Amino acid sequence: MSITEERRAAVIGTPMLRREDPALLTGEAKFTNDIPIPGALYLGVLRSPYAHAKILSVDVSAAMAFPGVVAAYGGADLTALWAAPMPCAWPVTADMKNPPHYPVAVDKACYAGDAVAVVLANDDRVAHDALELIDVRYEALPAVIDLEEALSDRVVIHAGAGTNKAYTWDLKCESHEGAVDEAFAAATHHVKERYIQQRLLPMFMEPRACAAVPQPFGGDMTLYSSTQIPHILKVMTALTLGIPEQQMRVVAPAVGGGFGGKLNVYAEELLCVALSRKLGVPVRWNEERAENAMSTIHGRGQIQDIELAADADGKLTAVRVRLIADMGAYLQLVTPGVPLLGAFLYAGVYDLPVAYDFSCTSVFTTMTPTDAYRGAGRPEATYAIERAMDSLAAKLGIDPLELRKRNFIRKDQYPYTAFSGLTYDSGDHLAAAEKAAELVGYEALRAQQATQNVDAGTKRLGIGVSSYFEMCGLAPSRVLASLNYSAGGWEAATVRILATNKIQVVTGATPHGQGHVTSWSMIVADKLGVAPEDVDVLHSDTAISPLGLDTYGSRSLVVGGVAIAMACDRVIDKARKIAAHQLEAAPEDLDFIDGTFSVKGSPDRATPLAAIAFAAFTAHDLPEGVEPNLEAHVTYDPPNFSWPFGTHICVVEVDTETGHVDILKYVAVDDCGVQINPMIVDGQVHGGVVQGLAQALYEVASYDENGNLRNGSLAEYLVPAASDVPSVTTGHTVTPSPTNLLGVKGIGEAGTIGAAPAVINAVVDALSGLGVTDMMMPASPMTVWNTIKAAQAGSTTGGK
Amino acid sequence: MQISVTVNGTTHESDVEPRTLLVHYVRENLGLTGTNIGCDTSSCGACTLHLDGEAVKSCTVLAVQADGQRVDTIESLAIDGVLHPMQQAFMENHGLQCGYCTPGMVMASIGLLNENPNPTEQQVRLGLEGNLCRCTGYHNIVKSVLACAKGAHS
Repeated sequence: MSITEERRAAVIGTPMLRREDPALLTGEAKFTNDIPIPGALYLGVLRSPYAHAKILSVDVSAAMAFPGVVAAYGGADLTALWAAPMPCAWPVTADMKNPPHYPVAVDKACYAGDAVAVVLANDDRVAHDALELIDVRYEALPAVIDLEEALSDRVVIHAGAGTNKAYTWDLKCESHEGAVDEAFAAATHHVKERYIQQRLLPMFMEPRACAAVPQPFGGDMTLYSSTQIPHILKVMTALTLGIPEQQMRVVAPAVGGGFGGKLNVYAEELLCVALSRKLGVPVRWNEERAENAMSTIHGRGQIQDIELAADADGKLTAVRVRLIADMGAYLQLVTPGVPLLGAFLYAGVYDLPVAYDFSCTSVFTTMTPTDAYRGAGRPEATYAIERAMDSLAAKLGIDPLELRKRNFIRKDQYPYTAFSGLTYDSGDHLAAAEKAAELVGYEALRAQQATQNVDAGTKRLGIGVSSYFEMCGLAPSRVLASLNYSAGGWEAATVRILATNKIQVVTGATPHGQGHVTSWSMIVADKLGVAPEDVDVLHSDTAISPLGLDTYGSRSLVVGGVAIAMACDRVIDKARKIAAHQLEAAPEDLDFIDGTFSVKGSPDRATPLAAIAFAAFTAHDLPEGVEPNLEAHVTYDPPNFSWPFGTHICVVEVDTETGHVDILKYVAVDDCGVQINPMIVDGQVHGGVVQGLAQALYEVASYDENGNLRNGSLAEYLVPAASDVPSVTTGHTVTPSPTNLLGVKGIGEAGTIGAAPAVINAVVDALSGLGVTDMMMPASPMTVWNTIKAAQAGSTTGGK
Repeated sequence: MQISVTVNGTTHESDVEPRTLLVHYVRENLGLTGTNIGCDTSSCGACTLHLDGEAVKSCTVLAVQADGQRVDTIESLAIDGVLHPMQQAFMENHGLQCGYCTPGMVMASIGLLNENPNPTEQQVRLGLEGNLCRCTGYHNIVKSVLACAKGAHS
């Protein structure tokens, strides 16, 4: 059947099954450590057991003598390999302290897990055995794990910096000088709260892995890595190791999750490339889970002081925020920028006058570096404002949902110029909130709560609301420039119609579970009138997809997917010229419907795209000035962020005798604009919500006073299992974004952003009758029980 | 040590170090890399395969313990290009995202239904608690297993 005989239904908007799945379901997909590399040496990394210590000596001689070991080095042996320190791409202020950070420490270890020596062996297990033979002498120094203590500079971690303070970054937005102070002075209600964002471990399921394969005579170097960012990694590897960029190729094979944890340039990647260059043989490394907990970046880690000023009706009049952000021992790729990604969101989805005062001071500690973790700054901000809104509602004695409704930016205010000067693209917060309330049965639950939470009751019902905003689709390059980010936010796409009318798409986005191949195929199918299975999507290899800025910040569809759609339009424009030539009509007189060009008003004068594709390939009869082949390349820089939003409502029952929190129902209503594939959208929400509620109830990277991570394994760090979490009821409203061709917004992080405050608001709501006004995360049974006891004793609440 | 193991229907005579784990044996000696490794504490279940028809975490079994036994890995499920009903159920219900936990999750799910062909949602959740997934929030994994149990494919 030719395409002309087939009237295609739109694919966009349907729950098309994923084209990625068969390879993943059968074991055919190759993750980095599945790839056979003959002759590769295995890298083993010895890590400091001390959080903070001088390295007095490193003796690798016994390891060198171990059978199967090819080489062993301390940090001092490797300094000639580094053209530059490990990269930090986000110097947020001109005076930011960025202490030099090398893949292997030389004089000092600054966190437990900092690399101090390496071994290369012909077998992975031999490499690990040999690590135990390396003799490192340390002089232990005091650990610095408390953020406020770190700011005191009693123990300075990086002598060259002279202080533990990395930077202070302010965002003060006032209609006139003094507006914030005036608003607080005039406020009827004043809320002042402190929240703690505990450190989290990303715990993607595939540990990191990388392999460097050199061509010593050809000159090229290929790095395979389980990374979210092959394109950025290529540039950074070239810069850090002094490799000409055109000789550097980075491939991200199948990647088993990332959540920001693989959005980095890691010591082991640089070590594999540098040692492979030095020795002229492939070098590979497979991360063990215990290493992962120490040496992969951590997420969150903030102390948040937030103040709200409100009038008698509860309308917000000013917001003031003071953050202390934990950088960890060094600045990794975007470590200092994470608080900035949240800085614009501490007023949430609310209509705030221009009276906003945000300041973040970031501090070094002797713990694993932090960096972007699902949501990156935005879950933290959302937690603070959504928890504080509940405190405000309590002060006013009104329902938390009602307080939110009074403050929502109204639909008719869009596009909305915020206090910060940023323009929010589109939104209908009331509709999302009302839909969530309807799905959960809000009124009935409140009635049930009134009868259930009597004084003697031990099973207390709590209902938690969280109306979130997300600023994603990173990002307009000019805005990134204003935030001192060192790169842009564009994305590249190529759409190529082959001679047989099969489509090749090249994307600079780098999927690791999001289903880009499926979604991009759907976009192309609708644009070009072909079947999705006729579209191949190439990605994640800088030799095939040389331009790209990869996947993070809910950007792939909003930037990369839109670029695909634009490239399709350009291909159609070119095909139209050829079709017009064949049909002897003017290009503007042609319709292009379902993959066929036809003359307006004369549908029998038509030619299918397949015929145009073949004509473009043979190039026998092309119009003057038209080059052969149908191909278009687009680099798209978005004009704005995308602003997804929604309301989540969590219903819990808290057992006051055990402290156990049981989630009875979780409703998530998310608005990500037009949905390309609603099945994938729901999947992103499910996973995101569970990651957010995991922060609320289960997860914390727990350090002892000596700076040792106490729960650095999956046996101790509580990534929730199926039995720990509820099903998620999803609902959607659809408010298209007016700023992009597809009307889409990001959805990858939304669930995580909305979830933690919804859960904690519910827990606090359940216990409010007992005097509980706050709850530390994670709300473990012990924390909940202690908080109840403290509240009943009349002392401070929240487990702080 | 010499072992003889029948993996996916083929008997292999192999010489292995005593400390070799079954997961390393199938991955490295036999090149069956569909079985993944996600942790070092037998917590994540990514390495789940079937030993004599029973779902086990292959990082908790030494290769020598599989001597004389039958091992089936994820690679054994699809036959002549047709997915196993459990694989099909995962695909139809979006029960996977990055796919790293998926081979173990599918093998564990088949093991679960072998023991309890008609589980409740709660029994599926409890039955899979030894297999961690960071992407899906389990919602669609549970849905996949329940759909498969409903016998749409059996």
